[in-house]
This record gives sequence, C-alpha cells and structure tokens, in this order.
Amino acid sequence: MIGLVALVVGLVLGLWLDPTVPGWVGPYLPIAVVAALDAVFGGVRARLDGIFDAKVFVVSFVSNVLVAALIVLLGDQLGVGSQLSTAVVVVLGIRIFGNAAAIRRHVFQA
Amino acid sequence: MLSAALIALLCLGLGLAIATQVQRTRSGDALSEARPQDLVVLLDGLQEREAALRQDIADSEAALRRLRASGDTSAAALEEARARAGALAVLAGTVPVAGPGVELTVTDPNGRLTPEVLLGVLQELRGAGAEAVQIGRVRIGVDSALSGVAGAIELDGQPLTAPYRIRAIGDPPTLAAALNIPGGVVDTVRRGGGDSVLAQRDRLEITALRPLSTPQYARPAN
Repeated sequence: MIGLVALVVGLVLGLWLDPTVPGWVGPYLPIAVVAALDAVFGGVRARLDGIFDAKVFVVSFVSNVLVAALIVLLGDQLGVGSQLSTAVVVVLGIRIFGNAAAIRRHVFQA
Repeated sequence: MLSAALIALLCLGLGLAIATQVQRTRSGDALSEARPQDLVVLLDGLQEREAALRQDIADSEAALRRLRASGDTSAAALEEARARAGALAVLAGTVPVAGPGVELTVTDPNGRLTPEVLLGVLQELRGAGAEAVQIGRVRIGVDSALSGVAGAIELDGQPLTAPYRIRAIGDPPTLAAALNIPGGVVDTVRRGGGDSVLAQRDRLEITALRPLSTPQYARPAN
C-alpha cells in the first residue's frame, strides 16, 4: 500500500518537476524502468501469494535495475546495444505478463 | 519500518523514472541520446539520400541544358529558313520589293523595236546584278519569256505597249553603266529610231507579283 502511494507520488513529482537526466543515462533509463516494473509486479504477486518479503523485494528491485543496466552497457561496448536492449525488454515483458496473469488470477479468481 | 521506507523510496524512484522517461520520449529529442552506432546508421541513410537527390539535380540540370540547346538550335534553323524563304520569294517574284535601282523608259515611235532589244536590256540588267526587274506591269521571274514581233512585243503572253517602262533594283551606277555601254542597249534603241531615258533612283518599288507555280515533276533530291 505504501509502495503504491510512493509510486503515485513519484509519478506526480516527475511530471511536476520534469527533471533532466544526464546524457549518459539516456540508454539505461528505459531498461531500468522496465526492470523495476518487473520487480514491482513480482512483489505484488508475492504479496498476494502471502510470501512477500521486504528484503527480497528490495534486493530483487535493485539487482534487476543493475543487471538490466549492465546488460545494456555490455551490449553498447560489444556493439549490439540496441539488440540486447530489445532482448532485455522482451524477457522482462514476458515476466511482467506472467506476474500480471498470476495477479489477475488472485484478484478476479479467473 | 526500515524495509517499508526502502520500498517507498524505491517505488518513488520508479515513479520518478517513469515520468521522466515518458517526458523524454514525448519531447522527441531522441538524437542527442541515441547511440553512436544508431547515429552512424542514420547518417549513412541521410548521406545516401543526399547523394540520390544530388544525382537527381544533376540529371535534371542536364536535361534542362539539352532542352535549351535544342530550343536554340531549332530557333536558329527557323530563322535561317525564314531568311532563305525571303530570298527565294524575292527571286521568284512572289513578294513586292523596294530598294535603290534604275528606271528606264524606252520609246519606240516607229514600232521597230524587236523583242530581242528588250531581251538585251534584261540581259544587261541581270549581268549588272539586278535583283528584281519589272517591265511594264509584269514582274520578271525565272521563267519569263519575251515573244512577238516588232511593235507587238509580248512578255509572258501579255502584250507590252510603248513606251516601255523598265524598273530594276540593284546598284544604280552599275546598272546605268551597263545600259549606257557604247554599242549597248541605249545605242541599239537609238539606231532603231527610238529613245531612252534612264533615271537612277535611291528608292524604287516593284509591286508587280508573279504567281508561285508548284513544280509538277521536280522534287528536292535530298
């Protein structure tokens, strides 16, 4: 519950403040956002399953973001940055869909 | 309590990042954040497109030059054809002409002037460079013929009556000298009992025309 409130507050703050990010963050920010969303959906699912652990959530959140950024960084160094970004987005998208399906089953019993 | 704060912080950061990214995407300033490889691909595409467009420009300019040159050529050809048509019309006697020349009036009170005398006049005028000649009311053309007998001369089938008025366009002194040559036309006329009056004019008009006859058999060979 506190997470949802914080998310909304962050959204409003971002829209209101319109922060500028340094140029080198450019390629990583979208991937990091998707990775964090994956972690959030996983956390919601775990909570509905009754196995939510704050430590697991925090660690998975941070590691997701870091790994995603690292993969993109590595891809940039190898010259396949855009392809690896696509791969990361696809994989994370699939996981988000899986978690969303589990959440749906919990919420709607269907 | 600490974990709740951490979760809130992370979610706050996520919201912030989402909002930031959305606004960045919406602002459309993608080039400044694009990867060098993508930029290179983009640049390559633009350069290819530029080369194609430059080629188009060169082709179009070449076509323009070609069309302009052909336009000039045909205009010049038309001008030349017009000049030639004008010269041929003067020669054929299908247009009235004006210019310097001489006017010769030959009287024949005894009726002894033969067609040969007038033919001699015509020959002398032509020899002296007359470009257009009119005898009486008949324009001399390439197929003109003098016929008949003394006192009843016919030119191209039309009877001529004395005094014979001959107008010729050319260089007046040259024409006059040719007619006045000793033993020439003027002498011949005088021997026959006639008289001639020669006048040089700065401007003479020859208004008689000849109908243009279309050749029945002859065709340009080329």
